[in-house]
Amino acid sequence: MSSASTTPPSVDKVDGFSRKSVRKAKQKRSQSSSQFRSQGKPIELTPLPLLKDVSAQEQPDLFLKKLQQCCALFDFMDTLSDLKMKEYKRSTLNELVDYVTVSRGYLTEQAYPEVVKMVSYNIFRTLPPSDSNEFDPEEDEPTLEASWPHLQLVYEFFIRFLESQEFQPSIAKKYIDQKFVLQLLELFDSEDPRERDYLKTVLHRIYGKFLGLRAFIRKQINNIFLRFVYETEHFSGVAELLEILGSIINGFALPLKAEHKQFLVKVLIPLHTVKSLSLFHAQLAYCIVQFLEKDPALTEPVIRGLLKFWPKTCSQKEVMYLGELEEILDVIEPTQFVKIQEPLFKQISKCVSSPHFQVAERALYYWNNEYIMSLIEENSNVILPIMFTSLYRISKEHWNPAIVALVYNVLKAFMEMNSPLFDELTSTYKSDRQREKKKEKEREELWKRLEDLELKKSLQSDGIIPT
Amino acid sequence: MAGAEGDDSLYPIAVLIDELRNEDVQLRLNSIKKLSTIALALGVERTRTELLPFLTDTIYDEDEVLLALAEQLGSFTVLVGGPEFVHNLLPPLESLATVEETVVRDKAVESLRKISQEHSPVDLEVHFVPLVKRLASGDWFTSRTSACGLFSVCYPRVSSSVKADIRQHFRTLCSDDTPMVRRAAASKLGEFAKVLELDYVKSDIIPLFTALASDEQDSVRLLAVEAGVSIATLLPQEDLEALVMATLRQAAEDKSWRVRYMVADKFSELQKAVGPEITKTDLVPAFQNLLKDCEAEVRAAAANKVKVFCENLPEDSRETIIMTHILPCVKELVSDTNQHVKSALASVIMSLSTILGKDNTVEHLLPLFLVQLKDECPEVRLNIISNLDCVNEVIGIRQLSQSLLPAIVELAEDAKWRVRLAIIEYMPLLAGQLGVEFFDEKLNSLCMAWLIDHVFAIREAATCNLMKLVEKFGAVWAQNTIVPKVLGMANDSNYLHRMTTLFCINALSEVCGQEITTKHMLPVVLKMSTDQVANVRFNVARSLQKIGPVLDSSALQAEVKPVLEKLATDQDMDVKYFALEAISVLALA
Repeated sequence: MSSASTTPPSVDKVDGFSRKSVRKAKQKRSQSSSQFRSQGKPIELTPLPLLKDVSAQEQPDLFLKKLQQCCALFDFMDTLSDLKMKEYKRSTLNELVDYVTVSRGYLTEQAYPEVVKMVSYNIFRTLPPSDSNEFDPEEDEPTLEASWPHLQLVYEFFIRFLESQEFQPSIAKKYIDQKFVLQLLELFDSEDPRERDYLKTVLHRIYGKFLGLRAFIRKQINNIFLRFVYETEHFSGVAELLEILGSIINGFALPLKAEHKQFLVKVLIPLHTVKSLSLFHAQLAYCIVQFLEKDPALTEPVIRGLLKFWPKTCSQKEVMYLGELEEILDVIEPTQFVKIQEPLFKQISKCVSSPHFQVAERALYYWNNEYIMSLIEENSNVILPIMFTSLYRISKEHWNPAIVALVYNVLKAFMEMNSPLFDELTSTYKSDRQREKKKEKEREELWKRLEDLELKKSLQSDGIIPT
Repeated sequence: MAGAEGDDSLYPIAVLIDELRNEDVQLRLNSIKKLSTIALALGVERTRTELLPFLTDTIYDEDEVLLALAEQLGSFTVLVGGPEFVHNLLPPLESLATVEETVVRDKAVESLRKISQEHSPVDLEVHFVPLVKRLASGDWFTSRTSACGLFSVCYPRVSSSVKADIRQHFRTLCSDDTPMVRRAAASKLGEFAKVLELDYVKSDIIPLFTALASDEQDSVRLLAVEAGVSIATLLPQEDLEALVMATLRQAAEDKSWRVRYMVADKFSELQKAVGPEITKTDLVPAFQNLLKDCEAEVRAAAANKVKVFCENLPEDSRETIIMTHILPCVKELVSDTNQHVKSALASVIMSLSTILGKDNTVEHLLPLFLVQLKDECPEVRLNIISNLDCVNEVIGIRQLSQSLLPAIVELAEDAKWRVRLAIIEYMPLLAGQLGVEFFDEKLNSLCMAWLIDHVFAIREAATCNLMKLVEKFGAVWAQNTIVPKVLGMANDSNYLHRMTTLFCINALSEVCGQEITTKHMLPVVLKMSTDQVANVRFNVARSLQKIGPVLDSSALQAEVKPVLEKLATDQDMDVKYFALEAISVLALA
């Protein structure tokens, strides 16, 4: 149009569109659990002597008393209240951590319920609402737990307790039961990554030591995932739970139970559909590969599942899918490969011709993988015809020169692999395209005729044309 | 299944059915969407014997295709031969109701609910109810969740023995092992209760409600709250206390904020359901607690309900309850730490004045309005200002004008342009309430300042605002107060401001009328046709086109036409374009 005669209007300094990164700088959010309903009253704890200062006989009793004291909860959102007592509880917890780590003979049977009670009082709480509605885990800082100075020590103590040599699951299972585990699993939704990290260790220890709880834990994780996939799309601890599952799957006995296979197909595969896949994809792919290494016969359903949920609009996810497929192909058995090569390479052929160069590039990298190359070579009769049209077209049409170069390499590799077939495909390329076009036209005709038909029918049913 | 009978019209159908198997999802989808056409062409007989079995057996497809199929089948009754044959649609819908994808399943359930109405009572018992029972005892949770939505549609029309069976199945689902199923059951509990006989509501539904409301998962408990409201509407007043109130009280104090939030969110419905007496004894204290909840989410949800709750209080004690129980909480919320809470309150607090009357408003509410008008969060102030009309009716706006003015000025200059935009939109309303004198004295300068805002959206809104003000105050007022200022900007050194003059003229010419437009505005527009900035020149052409209809034909011919003709020969192509467009629209060629 034309140039402006004056200087452009000054920029709004504090506009509504401030960048997230700028905004973020000042928010160091922390949050307390939803359990404090202004208690008002200050908390008084009577200081007890140190455990090391009393005789060995008195220690177990004092240990119990200290556990009971640590059940008192403080409001950390109020940074000024109960300062002295907060510090006292902190040092007591520290002392307890040391005590369970080194002392011998402290774990009397009476201690178990008290330990579990203290831990339950401290860690089990309703998680507060997430601060922003559109919390984006990749962009936003997580909300940190305000009571962490105490909470961390409680977790630390609990882990030492579970790992202690004196720890006896047969006694503990009376207190660490299904209800306990259920509440523990709910905490994995905590936004604080430090807490989730501790929870991971705790759950792992419990899974390891309580055989009776294993099936229950797996089932509840199942439910959490299904809810995450089909209902809420929000759960902070998916990556951590998958990490635990990774090692659980590793320990599955062969042949795999139907329950485990169902978990793979009905839960793990659908997890790929979630919007926030990038946050737990590495752990998920690890679980999938673990399954396939256990039982190669699962390859076909897994790959078909991935193909079914293949992302249609999200290129970033497509790149992740391609990465996972490569991991799967790395461990695939040739007999399994033959079963899925056709649908698989139809998808790869689509990816190769994606206008998004990262997707095309990621797919073309398969040809740098020696094992995959050997599989392709063995089956070039099937794969080459599927891939050829896309490759040939991109070599002429793709906007990105790097992609074109990669495609040339792939075409060259195919030519070396199976030159008679390659020549044949090159020579029939044109006529094939023409045939395709003709088919396309026929289809259009068909739809047109159908519309006419529909029109006639509806006129008939309206009684305009007598039947 | 191709149309082998030589009927030519069936040929495309055969191909379409082939397309249902095509590799390309989009083509399959197209084909599925034409399913009714296919069925129509095949006729009812072959649709039943060939098409439906084909769909039931061979469709294992992408969710998108399944969704389209589930939807289509819901309106297929005519195509299979009417109500008599409607049960033929059940098998494909049954398998669709078991798939994983929620959207598909929900659609299948929706279609099943729809066609259930088309079943005869006998068919319902012979075909539909067995399907519901199969789904209810399915292996995977998906079919059991789907089943939950089907009980209420078949229950009213079956025999009493089948009814007992249905109730039994629903009971089982309410205590299902999988939380997903319990959630589905909890969310359908209210709906199911509505179709049950009152005795069974008491004997069956109440225990289920109590159990779900104390489920270990808060996601189940919160759904039970909604069911509780529906159930309460069904019960006679004298049974409420014994059957549901304990559970509802417990929900209002649940340890999970999500459940408490739900109670707050459903509070008005709850209030209606339990009636005035229980409201007085139970809901008032519960509401107070929710307003004082430790979680901001809950407080905000409760604050949103303040108006409706107060309105619906029994008349005899309304004022006392508000003054002694609700108002103290409201006073605290005015200085809440969370801006969403304050903002929710600000959007309803003004309407309390209509309920409390003049004296109470002046004494108790006015101070709160004033505090909120000075709140640090602009949204709170905006919400107060946008509800001024309620107060206006009761005490008149004058009482507030002293505080109103600084608040408006501050919002008008807020750093966020969206806030400025919002306050501009209330200007005409405010002007109407405050009267022309007050406006001229205090607000006029603001309205003019917006015209030179550096955000276009604000300048645009300001222009529109002027038009609305003129509609309110009349052309004479316009001529005296705003037209001179607007026209003065035509000489500004900033071309954006000069353009604003043109935009204002576009907006004002019609409301100001022919005389002002011809005498005052037109000369300015014409003069600007020689502006050095092309953007101004082509906007002159557009303005002339816009104000042309207001002018008389002599002005058009004598003054507008020559200028447009000159612009039509401008160097700049956009100027030319708009000049020619104006010439043709005004028929000056």
